[in-house]
Amino acid sequence: MSFTEKDVDYVANLSRISLSDEEKKNFTVQLEQILKYVEKLNRLNTDNIEPTAHILPVSNVFRDDVAKICPTTRFAVEQSALLVDGLFGVPRVI
Amino acid sequence: MSLYSKTAVELIGLLNKKEISSRDIVSSVFQRIEQVDTKINAFIYTDKENALKKADEIDKKRVNAEPLGLLGGVPVVLKSNLCCFTWPVSCASKILKGYNCAYTATSVEKLLREDAVPIGYANMDEFAMGSSCENSAFGVTRNPWNTDCIPGGSSGGSAAAVAADETILALGSDTGGSIRQPASLCGVVGLKPTYGRVSRFGLVAYASSLDQIGTLTKTVADNALLLKVISGHDCSDSTSIDRKVPDYPAYLNNSIKGLKIGIPKEYFVDGMDNEVEESVKKSIKTFEGQGAVPVEISLPHTDYAVACYYIIATAEASANLARFDGIRYGARSPQAENLIDLYEKTKSDGFGQEVKRRILLGTYVLSSGYYEAYYKKAQKVRTLIKNDFDTVFKKVDCILTPTSPTPAFKIGEKTNDPLKMYLSDIFTISLNLAGLPGISIPGGFTQSGLPIGMQLAGRPFEEEVILNAAYSFEKNTLFHTTKPTLS
Repeated sequence: MSFTEKDVDYVANLSRISLSDEEKKNFTVQLEQILKYVEKLNRLNTDNIEPTAHILPVSNVFRDDVAKICPTTRFAVEQSALLVDGLFGVPRVI
Repeated sequence: MSLYSKTAVELIGLLNKKEISSRDIVSSVFQRIEQVDTKINAFIYTDKENALKKADEIDKKRVNAEPLGLLGGVPVVLKSNLCCFTWPVSCASKILKGYNCAYTATSVEKLLREDAVPIGYANMDEFAMGSSCENSAFGVTRNPWNTDCIPGGSSGGSAAAVAADETILALGSDTGGSIRQPASLCGVVGLKPTYGRVSRFGLVAYASSLDQIGTLTKTVADNALLLKVISGHDCSDSTSIDRKVPDYPAYLNNSIKGLKIGIPKEYFVDGMDNEVEESVKKSIKTFEGQGAVPVEISLPHTDYAVACYYIIATAEASANLARFDGIRYGARSPQAENLIDLYEKTKSDGFGQEVKRRILLGTYVLSSGYYEAYYKKAQKVRTLIKNDFDTVFKKVDCILTPTSPTPAFKIGEKTNDPLKMYLSDIFTISLNLAGLPGISIPGGFTQSGLPIGMQLAGRPFEEEVILNAAYSFEKNTLFHTTKPTLS
């Protein structure tokens, strides 16, 4: 399976990254090389193997739903590049 | 001997005898930073004023005979992906320019509670993606043993700072070897705990199922002490495990007589540096001399670990890094015309090449039509890799391997070949996939004077076993006492 510049365009759009022509060219070559390398996994038969998403035998971690005061909320919001009336500012959406 | 070149255990002894003050140590460390960091570039940010203030507070407590924490007055540097309230946590990326932490990571809170003195942020590969510390928006960090060489990565700044005596202790993070590999290349002790041992709350996420915060120090005893401080359950991290934290320093002097050390045959592969191989073989003899029993073992899926890792890690990274879109954190492209444009331009300007590469790869392996072939396949292979370890740990108590297939390489040597760079982590990655603890300790030097590290891996939550074995080795060798010359 070959990886083309069209594939780079497709994933760049999905990940909302705009790329220069040079980046597109480099990433096409490099990602194709990496994808070719990872294809070695296909040598293994994994038909009856369960996937591991998480390494520890932990599921459903519960705690009481208690509200806590966060004293630094204001500071957190202020770390945005554009603040409008104490809220995150964004370009016009509609 | 200057205070900056001492270990935490030595300094705590002197502090308790009231021979020195915390201010003396902090001043000495900053004097060292001012002296050598122009050559090393281990630091991205320092906070001398607050460090001295904190040192004075601790000194006052000591004079007044008030209770003091375990690290009372000892300086520590943080990797630049660990939150410390008001500090500019940049992850060595342009995209977080102007962003300051709104809260403090649990591991850092624990340091503060035990009266450690945070002195600044160490350089790293951007968002912890890299094995050489070259992928930083703040310039490359240089290896104190040879400044033409890389220090390893991604916690390269933390490792170089410890090696160059610019700090006493350091925290790093390890997703595929990012503590152990730089520790190995810089000749210091670096430990990645079991996944879940240390809270990840306040660690900027790269690959959440693999990331773990750990410790970089000059000696094994310092490492045990620092690990004891940062370990433990935390309600703010649902993957941290509620298990008693052992008193790690108390285990160090146990005998290792009869300890079964597994030597995996798959780790002595073609392409491995001869001097590294020789040094590990000599280390096996040293362990035997102390009564440990080497056992040949097989981890048959080792060869698949790097491929498995680069699918899982990039997939998780592509999701985790989606939040850096110019809205809530730091930098924002000023030229954007609409919202989508804002996302695209901000990410394009803000992320470096390696981060973009991994986001693209991760997005691809998760995308419709490829998910089963890549991501799900890798998750299944992860199970096989974990099973390998489960099987061998029925026969052995720990596993000894080289940490890295080569010593530190030259700056620029692998930057144009990402795959070659990824293979630098070939011996460390499996432990992250299996969630196991691993420690890298100084195990020798090349003829050209570069450090060689070796790795001990343990069963889940048995950090005390590998620390004990590492300490026993350290007591019987002199590698950790040799320092780089930085005139």
